[in-house]
Amino acid sequence: MKQPTPRGEISALVLATIAAPAPTQEESLVQLGTLVAERVSGTPDILRDDDLQLALFCLYELHYSGIDDAGDDWEWHPGLLGIRRLIEGAFEQAVRSRVVLGDLPDSSSEAVCAELFRMTGEDAGPSMSRFVARSATEDQLREFLVHKSIYQLKEADPHTWAIPRLTGRAKAALVEIQADEYGNGLPTRMHSALFARTMRDLGMDDTYGAYLDAVPAITLASNNLMSLFGLNRRLRGAIVGHLAAYEMTSSQPNRLHSRGFKRHGHGEEAREYFDEHVEADAVHEQIAGRDMAGGLVEQDPRLLPDVLFGAAAGIALDVLMTQHILEAWEAGRSSLHHVGAVAA
Amino acid sequence: MSAEHASGADHTQGGERDGADVPQRSLNSGSATPVSVVACANGPLLVRGDFELVGTDGQELPRTRRTVALGRCGASVLKPYCDGSHKLIGFTTDP
Ligand code: FES
Repeated sequence: MKQPTPRGEISALVLATIAAPAPTQEESLVQLGTLVAERVSGTPDILRDDDLQLALFCLYELHYSGIDDAGDDWEWHPGLLGIRRLIEGAFEQAVRSRVVLGDLPDSSSEAVCAELFRMTGEDAGPSMSRFVARSATEDQLREFLVHKSIYQLKEADPHTWAIPRLTGRAKAALVEIQADEYGNGLPTRMHSALFARTMRDLGMDDTYGAYLDAVPAITLASNNLMSLFGLNRRLRGAIVGHLAAYEMTSSQPNRLHSRGFKRHGHGEEAREYFDEHVEADAVHEQIAGRDMAGGLVEQDPRLLPDVLFGAAAGIALDVLMTQHILEAWEAGRSSLHHVGAVAA
Repeated sequence: MSAEHASGADHTQGGERDGADVPQRSLNSGSATPVSVVACANGPLLVRGDFELVGTDGQELPRTRRTVALGRCGASVLKPYCDGSHKLIGFTTDP
């Protein structure tokens, strides 16, 4: 991924540090530690802190595609991992304090599945998909793709981290879902590839991270949430719950997204990404709820609260992101961080 | 899943959920993965394994994935597949 533009002193120092060889950066790491420690306790809202969210996104990115000019040995550099833990610890705490779980169901797979369907079926406020279907302008459709592109161009990757941490029924279920996400052996059928085609059809840049500078902190936060859950084994319940909730809130919204793109005259190729998800996720949500999440809790009932937390956290951040975008649009503004960055 | 794979004519290992009594199979043995149908509460029938999905004329129905969810609430616009509409109409499988 190309280096993004810094959004404050922390993201600037992270990017400058990893662009140099690790042995020369002892001082920067000490300075970074001090800055981050001050900021995580002082920030009014870490979910909307552009500087911290971008810094965390870049630190996680070292585990995915890497960042141009950052040496590969930074990925497991203990000093840099320490910085990441400072930020992600505060981030996790902030997310946990926003999420209220109801009464826990029993730990049978059917009960877990039913609770996840209940949580994802609750009215969570204004609907992005209905807006896209009925009212979004062509420019807003492009903004919508900009927000989504941060995740969708690496769709499924954060959840894949969970595979070696699961066993038996839960693992088989996750792999069954991920195989579909990754196109069942056909690169052009990968969901990330279908999304890239949609972007190209609208004349947009489909390079991974091309629009990173354009998205607001909350969009980064919803991506960082998946990496937080995916990269920490102790949060395997949460990443599983997150995926289940994601699949359970996909079929109908994608049908509406497709309708919005059709309304603006975009053809089947551009809409295939959405259309594919309507059918695929009607299958995935059943496998994810019952076999993956339910199966995991049956194997290890201690993970039940984290499974539900992961689902609730995903929903909560999605709601915040939707609010951010729709509020901007309703006020006649762009929802993006750097408006200029969306030009095709 | 590609169209050929979806036809049910090939053989893939391990479709079983618990894996308990699945016999070892060679990929080319000519034997098929047993079909399992899960009746999902308040939702579709989830069908896994090697099977053919045909219309009343015996012709294969368009199918793009190995495991399918067959709708049973009547509201899907992708019949015979489920499209999640059962949640919107409050479909229930309780007797
Ligand atoms: S059973 Fe899912 S749409 Fe009818």
